[in-house]
Amino acid sequence: MVNIKRQEERFFKALMIISAVFIMSILLYITGTIIYKGLPSLTWDMILKLPGGGFYLGKEGGVLNAIVGSVYIILGSLIISTFLSVPLVMYINFYLPKNSVFANVIRFSFDILFGVPSIVYGAFGFALMVYLGIRASLLGGILTVAMLILPIMMRSFDEVTRLLSRDLPDALLSLGSTKYEMIKVIIRQLMPGLVTAILLAVGRGIGDAATVLFTAGYTDNIPSALNQPAATLPLSIFFQLGSPVEEVQNRAYASAIILTIIILILSFSARYFSSKYSKDKI
Amino acid sequence: MAESPGNSYQDSYVVSPLKKIASNQSINVENLDVFIGDQHILKDINLDIPEKSITCIIGPSGCGKSTFLKTLNRMHDETPEVKIKGKVYVDDENIYSSKVNVIDIRKKMGLLAQRPCPLPMSIFDNVAYGPRIHGLTKRKAINQTVIQYLQYVGLWDEVRGRVRTPATRLSIGQQQRLCLARGLAIEPEYILGDEATSALDPISTKKIEELFLKLKEKYTIILVTHTLRQAKRIADYIVFMYMGEIIENGQTDEFFNHPKNQLTKDYLTGSFS
Repeated sequence: MVNIKRQEERFFKALMIISAVFIMSILLYITGTIIYKGLPSLTWDMILKLPGGGFYLGKEGGVLNAIVGSVYIILGSLIISTFLSVPLVMYINFYLPKNSVFANVIRFSFDILFGVPSIVYGAFGFALMVYLGIRASLLGGILTVAMLILPIMMRSFDEVTRLLSRDLPDALLSLGSTKYEMIKVIIRQLMPGLVTAILLAVGRGIGDAATVLFTAGYTDNIPSALNQPAATLPLSIFFQLGSPVEEVQNRAYASAIILTIIILILSFSARYFSSKYSKDKI
Repeated sequence: MAESPGNSYQDSYVVSPLKKIASNQSINVENLDVFIGDQHILKDINLDIPEKSITCIIGPSGCGKSTFLKTLNRMHDETPEVKIKGKVYVDDENIYSSKVNVIDIRKKMGLLAQRPCPLPMSIFDNVAYGPRIHGLTKRKAINQTVIQYLQYVGLWDEVRGRVRTPATRLSIGQQQRLCLARGLAIEPEYILGDEATSALDPISTKKIEELFLKLKEKYTIILVTHTLRQAKRIADYIVFMYMGEIIENGQTDEFFNHPKNQLTKDYLTGSFS
């Protein structure tokens, strides 16, 4: 009997180790490929220059247009989705009664939106823009990516909020806080959860090509206004990979490294600011 | 972390007597019925709670002690399935009348919960939170208030060098005293304790109990407890509840030495708990 239990223990431990190693090796394989193929082509020119004439055929230039475009779009859509999802989550968790039907309907709708493929958001955003008379532009891209990441942010922030113990709201209310004052403190407590939600959304939003394909357009320049088209890194990678020239294909991998580094920078800075913020006073 | 503002306060700061000395404290409960959903939790409660004393509510789990305590600071407002009938007079004002502002009621009632729940901020800001949301803005006044209440609960000497560090780093017993200081800082007239020592070690429990004995000179204290010995040690009056009803209440000596009701006798001898 003891022996069987020990075997069982070993077996499942081995399974866990295998899956961990499997996942890690896929990740390493992907990053390895990107770095192996892209690193030789990753020059300062790639980061600091706009694509020149004939860039996609192997001539000089960089992907600064796409870097700036992607950062603009993700920051813009983050602002929109944060300002929509945080109040919504606070409302359904602290203003609606527990087990409220309305709250569950909202959660269920966002679960569905969570599963909608990004090309559908792209098509919907495009249809909306045609209806409103907006051309493919930075604004169109921001709005569509905001639609894509809103369900991710809302649902992941909602999950951490639901896990919050009732003790904290009760403590605050019994001190005579209004609900608004209570929520200000609760958000501080939930800051790490909010940052995680934002990071998940950034990861999804910045790497998505289908949403911005029709809505943000593509350009070799840096947009200087919301109504101008904007390039994005995923699309830039797509166009470079489509080139028959090998050097340009390698630049696509270099662009992928840049995209990864941007995500890393955003992650680290978000973690840094969240820990700094949660230590400070009001 | 680098700054230690604890040292910048005057070391010789003298505790001024607590400001609040209420004149006509009283709680009278008349024909109170509480329903949660279709369950009848509290049944026709009639009770007068004497001022400036400790009243302990005892009874087996699920008898409605905590529900009763929550009716006193209207915390049931947050759960819509709770229905309340009857009147609760606090200082001769029915707190369930529509004219009453719930914030004012909660300001009158300092609550000490079962588990200490420090706010996600520094020790200093935890105590300063209440006074700040209720309109205290002057830095000096806030400093004084915080020091005064931290001293009052005996925490000041333990934390003076690190009042700007997160409150969650304190031990559980210290956290509970911090929560008491935080509750006192809103200058309530009543103190409600919901099994306030059940999560604490014996030494911390003793400290909290001593504080209650000190506090009853100025405050009316109502404690829910499930330890009879604690009730015996600190209570002036005992209320024994069973299945949502008050079975017996009276002065502590009288209650423990000459219980009148058979249920009370059974409970005190440990026939059920």
